[in-house]
Amino acid sequence: MLRLEDLQIPDLETINLTIAPGECVGLSGESGSGKTRLLRAIADMDEHGGQVYEEGIAQDQVRAHEWRRRVMLLPAESQWWLDTVGEHFIGHVEHIDVLGFEPEVMSWNISRCSSGEKQRLSILRMLANCPRVLLLDEPTANLDASNTARVEDMVRKYLTEFNAIAIWVGHDAEQLKRVSQHQYLLSDGRFIKVNPA
Amino acid sequence: MKAEFIALTAPDLMLASLLVLALIGLGSRLRLGVSQTLTIAALRTTAQLLLVGLILEAVFTQAKLPWIMLIVLVMMTVAAWEILARQKRKLRGRWGFGVSLFSLFISSFFITLLALFIIIEADPWYTPQYAIPLLGMLLGNTMNGIALGMDRLVQTAWQQRAVIEQRLMLGQKDTEAIRDIARDSMRAGMIPIINAMAAAGVVSLPGMMTGQILAGSPPVEAVKYQILIMFLVTSGTGFAVIIVLQLITRRMFDSRERLRFDRLLKEPR
Repeated sequence: MLRLEDLQIPDLETINLTIAPGECVGLSGESGSGKTRLLRAIADMDEHGGQVYEEGIAQDQVRAHEWRRRVMLLPAESQWWLDTVGEHFIGHVEHIDVLGFEPEVMSWNISRCSSGEKQRLSILRMLANCPRVLLLDEPTANLDASNTARVEDMVRKYLTEFNAIAIWVGHDAEQLKRVSQHQYLLSDGRFIKVNPA
Repeated sequence: MKAEFIALTAPDLMLASLLVLALIGLGSRLRLGVSQTLTIAALRTTAQLLLVGLILEAVFTQAKLPWIMLIVLVMMTVAAWEILARQKRKLRGRWGFGVSLFSLFISSFFITLLALFIIIEADPWYTPQYAIPLLGMLLGNTMNGIALGMDRLVQTAWQQRAVIEQRLMLGQKDTEAIRDIARDSMRAGMIPIINAMAAAGVVSLPGMMTGQILAGSPPVEAVKYQILIMFLVTSGTGFAVIIVLQLITRRMFDSRERLRFDRLLKEPR
């Protein structure tokens, strides 16, 4: 379970939210509305007020890097700092084929990868760390329809298999309905539930 | 064996200044735009060095500790300020000055004290003929390395801040996320002195040794002093760069391992 308790981010209203294991929350909003800042606060990358709990453990109860290994943020633009793809991965990488790659991808040179390939690889890299919570900042922005479907499928399977949690930030309302059980909107500093049934 | 020391006279210096004047004349004739700065620099060096010569002569004959400490303090402050002035990204005021001054204490002040007490064993230990030139040489040489290492760390970290944050997001410790850049900065800080040691005697004759030889010292004695200086400068620079990298890295990340340039750098105007 992931619980945001009185989370305070500049220019946003105080946010309270609970997400059950295995669930995904979709989050949309205009650019500049604070979606990325919300994800960064949950990953403890920015200063913020309030508290975040993951399976009952508060953010400041563990060291920051341990928190981020459990609550992992996938930035909109992934960064690669070594020469080859494989050097950025720790441990064994499973399901390389699920996102449409051959195992040889690990020996590819980073400079040869397209932005779409980097985006898919960054998702593989994230999942290889086995995080409990995935904070996905527009994970399919650079992808075509077939690869978008592959990523959606992979995340869905990961959540079911590990009973993990995700917050999926995106602009496509149809996609958010497909991947998430609950949808929220950030607008004018307000955090609003979409279609409370 | 002590060779005769030939003192320079004012006409000797005037002959040398004719060369500079000729250069200034040619420069302005060809409109190369260096004449004015060259004139000012030549006048500055003459005035500054003459003044220092007079001060040193007074201090050497008096050899009073408070005066020596005052000179040391002035030298260290100017050197600290010089390190900050060479930074492309300006560190926050008092904190930046503190780090810079502290690094010079390590690289020059303590090392000079060590040399005076343990190696040279001058009597009294603050004998200005040894203390001041030694400190000056250490300051001048370690300052370079410290300024280079500091600049490389802050500049590279700033350019690669997205990479550093990505590494943090993947669960790396702050020290791990900055490690490559810190290693690179250490090398950048040490390269000048490593080059100087490698080239010494083969490509270049170091200034201090040359000076001693000109003043009539036997070359082997001058060489011994030069080796001492090289070792002092190397260890001083190395320890100081390590400490500067540690201090800046700690300032760059907060207790929650977040990248915080706002703590490190001046606000851009």
